[in-house]
Amino acid sequence: MNKDSTLYTILAAAVLCLVCSVVVSTAAVKLRPLQEANKVEDKKRNILQVVGLLQEGQSVEEAFKQVEARVVNIRSGEYDSSVDPVSYEQRDAASDPAQSIALDKAEDIAAIGAQAKLASVYLVRNDDGSLKYVILPVHGYGLWSTLYGFLALEGDGNTVVGLSFYDHAETPGLGGEVDNPRWKAQWPGKIAYTEAGEAGLALVKSGADPKHHVDALGGATLTSNGVTNLLKFWLGDMGFRPYLQRVQAGQG
Amino acid sequence: MADPAKKVVLDPLVNNNPITLQVLGICSALAVTSSLGVALIMCLALTSVTAFSNLFISMIRNQIPNSIRIIAQMAIIASLVIVVDQILKAYAYEVSKQLSVFVGLIITNCIVMGRAEAFAMKEAPGASFLDGIGNGLGYSIILIAVGVVRELFGSGSLMGIEIMPLVSNGGWYQPMGLMLLPPSAFFIIGLLIWAQRTWKKDQVEDREYQIHQVHRAEVL
Repeated sequence: MNKDSTLYTILAAAVLCLVCSVVVSTAAVKLRPLQEANKVEDKKRNILQVVGLLQEGQSVEEAFKQVEARVVNIRSGEYDSSVDPVSYEQRDAASDPAQSIALDKAEDIAAIGAQAKLASVYLVRNDDGSLKYVILPVHGYGLWSTLYGFLALEGDGNTVVGLSFYDHAETPGLGGEVDNPRWKAQWPGKIAYTEAGEAGLALVKSGADPKHHVDALGGATLTSNGVTNLLKFWLGDMGFRPYLQRVQAGQG
Repeated sequence: MADPAKKVVLDPLVNNNPITLQVLGICSALAVTSSLGVALIMCLALTSVTAFSNLFISMIRNQIPNSIRIIAQMAIIASLVIVVDQILKAYAYEVSKQLSVFVGLIITNCIVMGRAEAFAMKEAPGASFLDGIGNGLGYSIILIAVGVVRELFGSGSLMGIEIMPLVSNGGWYQPMGLMLLPPSAFFIIGLLIWAQRTWKKDQVEDREYQIHQVHRAEVL
């Protein structure tokens, strides 16, 4: 057959595409379970790390048995049992118009566009069944990227246990210092709400109120503002406030 | 190893280095070298893609119709890159998160395309495979060099192990923030090219223009 004929060209292209697509889809399908497992484990590890429950030599799976996953209706603050809390993906739900609420500019201080109607929360209980930790997923826009992380509060729904981000693309060495353990060490013990009931956590340059404020990240004003805004958003009425009020009232 | 084969592998390391002589593949060299560990995985990914794309393209080089040869090469390269990306996500999840889009961008890396078009379309599969390895290693040498300098001076560590304790962690070393930003890789690669051309004078290109003294009369 003539190698430069149209028919040969089309045939050769078709065969090549077929072979390539078989290779690619085989790899994708065969490796899917491993990748899914990695994702789930990564998320669990982050949840455990924010409250410091992951001990050296302990498997993530083992340690995560202490954590109870629940799903909360973000507006009413009530638990919702219409979905399976273990497999529920808040990030996917937030980008699905049917499962999310679009936010208008004025109220969307975290610049996330839309939020999921249902939010995951992770609970750790004391032996007597009372709440020890409440771990809330938070996200918002920094300088370059959306920061995804977890804010952990004590069972009183007000005292901070930790804040850590597991997915962001801020400048390494500047905004990327949100991962610096020394910076993160400032969070435990801060009080989430002011006495007036406002979301009080913020990153400030100086003159910090030791009860609510931590030092802003040096050289990263926009990332710092982003973190402050996302905390204000997720602790506010649009975020977890309705839920946390129930927790504070002992209905967690 | 036979002599021609040795030449095919060793030539791209210094004499015909894809980054410092041909100045290809700069984009990813800027992006993934802020830490050495990530740079190493990127080197591994690129070397395997270049080697296998060269191998497969060379195997079917006589069957590829001339009019669609570039897009046929692209299809093979893209498939290999997707497979590599999937493997990383399955077996090296942490690293794949850091490399993010840059594994996917190997598809557009000029080194892979360049070797496919310049070498694999003409030579036998075995030689093409070795050529891919050689060029991948040439790329790797530069990436590792840049990665060592950037991580050491930018974060005071190598492979995440602390070498020079940072001021922010209670040590003495004030890190160079510039080293963590992509432009620093430009400077380092520039210096490497300078050093290499000082060592191997034959790599210096002829001037395309001549600077000559302007006489006052000409200006007026």
